[in-house]
Formats: sequence, C-alpha cells, structure tokens
Amino acid sequence: MENLLWIFISALLVNNFVLTYFLGLCPFLGVSNSLETSFRLGLATTFVMLVTAICAWILNTYVLVHAPYLRLICFIVVIASTVQFIEMLIKKLSPALFRAMGIFLPLITTNCAILGLAIFATNRGYGFWEGIIYALGAGVGFTLAMVLLAGLREESELSSIPKLIQGTAMNLIIAGILSMAFMGFAGLFSST
Amino acid sequence: MKKNESYEEFIKGVWRDNPVFAQVLGMCPMLAVTNSAINAVAMGMATFFVLVGSSFLVSSFRNWIPKQVRISCFIIIIATFVTIADYTLLALVPKVHKELGAFIPLIVANCLILGRQEAFASRYPTRLAVMDAIGMAVGFLIALLSLGAVREILGDGALFGVKLFSVNFEPWVIMILPPGGFLTLGVILLFFNWFKFKKDEFLDDVAEAERRGS
Repeated sequence: MENLLWIFISALLVNNFVLTYFLGLCPFLGVSNSLETSFRLGLATTFVMLVTAICAWILNTYVLVHAPYLRLICFIVVIASTVQFIEMLIKKLSPALFRAMGIFLPLITTNCAILGLAIFATNRGYGFWEGIIYALGAGVGFTLAMVLLAGLREESELSSIPKLIQGTAMNLIIAGILSMAFMGFAGLFSST
Repeated sequence: MKKNESYEEFIKGVWRDNPVFAQVLGMCPMLAVTNSAINAVAMGMATFFVLVGSSFLVSSFRNWIPKQVRISCFIIIIATFVTIADYTLLALVPKVHKELGAFIPLIVANCLILGRQEAFASRYPTRLAVMDAIGMAVGFLIALLSLGAVREILGDGALFGVKLFSVNFEPWVIMILPPGGFLTLGVILLFFNWFKFKKDEFLDDVAEAERRGS
C-alpha cells in the first residue's frame, strides 16, 4: 500500500511528466491558452494513460515475452487502435462525454507522454496495480502542470508584455520557473 | 539546376525552416537529453538515421501506400528504424544508451519525423526527400548541440567532458537540471525572435525607402 502511494506521489509531483521528464510538451505549449480547455485535455490524457497502462501490462505479460524487439511497434499500434475504438464507443454511448473530451483523443494518442508512460512502466517492471496507479499519478500530474501554465497564461494576457517575448519564448520561461518550483518536491522522499 | 534544387531543400532545413528554432517541433527529446553535449550528439545522430531512413523508404513507396492508412504506415516504418537505432546504440555505446534511456524509443513520437513524412517525403521524389530529410536532421542536430553545449558549459563548466575553466568556476547546477532546459531554449528562442524582428524592421525600411525613391 505504501509502495503504491509512493508511486502515485512520485509520478504526480517529484517526477512530473511535463516539468521533469519533458514529455507531452506539444499539447503543454500548444493548447494551454485557456484554463477550461487545458483541464479537459488533462482529463482526456489521464484517461488515455489508464488505457495505455492496461494495454501495456497485457502486452508485456502475454505477448512481448516472446519477442521483446517488437515492443515499440506493438505498443504504438495497440494503443492507437484501442483509443480509437474507445473513442467510437464513447461517441455512441455518451455524446455529452464525447463533446467534453472526445475531440482531444486522436490528438493525444501518439503523444510522447503516452508512449513514455508505457515504456517507463515496462522498464521499471511494474505489475498491474502499480501500472494503473503510476498512470493515474502521471495523468493528474500532467493535468496539474497544464492548468498551472494555462492559469498563468490567462493572467499574462491582461498585462502588457513586450512583443518580442510573447509566444513560445515566454511560455518556455514560465515553464522553466514552474519546473524550478516543482524541484522543491524532490526533498519529499529524501528520508526514505 | 538539379543540384541547386537539392541544395535548396537541404539549406531550408538547416536555417530558414529549422525544425526547432523556426517551427518549434520535436521539443520533448530536445529538452530531455541536452544536459550534456555528448548526449545531444548521440540523440541527433539517432534522429538523423531514423529521419533519413524513413524518408527514403516512405518516398520510395509513396505510390503504393494507400492514402487512408498512410499515417499508420509511416508510423510502422518509423518505429522499425527506431528499433534498429535503439539496438545499434545498445551494442555500440552502452553507456550513452543507458543515459538516454527511454528517450531513444521515444524518437517515434517526435512530431518532426512524422511531420516530414506527411508534408514532404510522401509527395516528392526520393532524391529530394532524402535531401530534405538530411537538411532537417542537420538542423535538428545543430539545435540539439547548441542547447547541449550551453547547458553543459554553464552547468558543468565543461564541453564534451573536458573541463574549460579553473576550479574557481562555480557551476550553475540548475542548468543541467530540468528547469535549465526550459530556460535555455526560451532564451535561445528569444534571440531568434529578436533576429527576425530586426530583419523585418530592416526589410520594412528598405521597402519604405524604395517607395519614396520611385
């Protein structure tokens, strides 16, 4: 139990996917201009990460023990098609849910955060529950980072910023400062 | 003429449409592995191999790949090359492979590579596609190297592992940690913006002068 909690906190704060591993930067910088959108994108990403963790566990346990060199191709193909399938299912079953996060699903399927999650979980030899908790932590951490950046960007719209700095350069510098703040969490587990 | 055309595709990727500085593509591996110049070069070479190889293959097969499933075909081709690169690095330089870790398989998700297949290799003849891929890959390598060199010099006082300063130099440890990646790239992009700004201003001035002259 303690181990699972550790995995969750570690993926959420200490090794935040965006701010420490630099995974999923494209949506992080591209879609973070409004708080609402980035929150929904974060939820959709968390959902896809959970699906990914399950897929990766099944593949690792039953398929890839026989052919480890096919790992990458298998992960991509299986994750992409599963997400596509779920997208169709949601569209059919719950149009409201589809409107809330469905449009983001194809966007994030081949995102490096998703693939990175599968690869990290494999490299660390996580079991089924560990994988799920890890995915949950990573997804919530991703949402947290997105929402923080989006909030700061919305604030910055109201202030007058030199034209030169506006755009990606400023977002990167904001992200750098956020990342510095998250480094403070590295001390959380120093005693263990 | 023919030589010129290839050269044009090459130089476009290196400077004018530089994948990182001008198009802001392929950021994830870019920031993650540039904490030292050596890692940056290894990553750049791996990306070079994957990009050129898959551009060549995609462009050779461009008339046989059905339009509807082209993205999946591209991804499978790219994933194959990445797997080759992964195992090759593991065999040749196990130490670097260990440091880059999960970021080698993640080359697959680099939007730069898929972007070039979709935008260029699947539409143009092989020779041009390969030149374009080489140009883009060299541009990416230059970007990785400049970022890696800045971060290693400031964060470690060294370049390619060779100490540059005397013991009095206090390294900025933050530069080799994750925040340093964001800050360095932000500042480099700032310089590029400034450069573009100045150039636009200059071109405006020239146009203004011409209008007055005529």
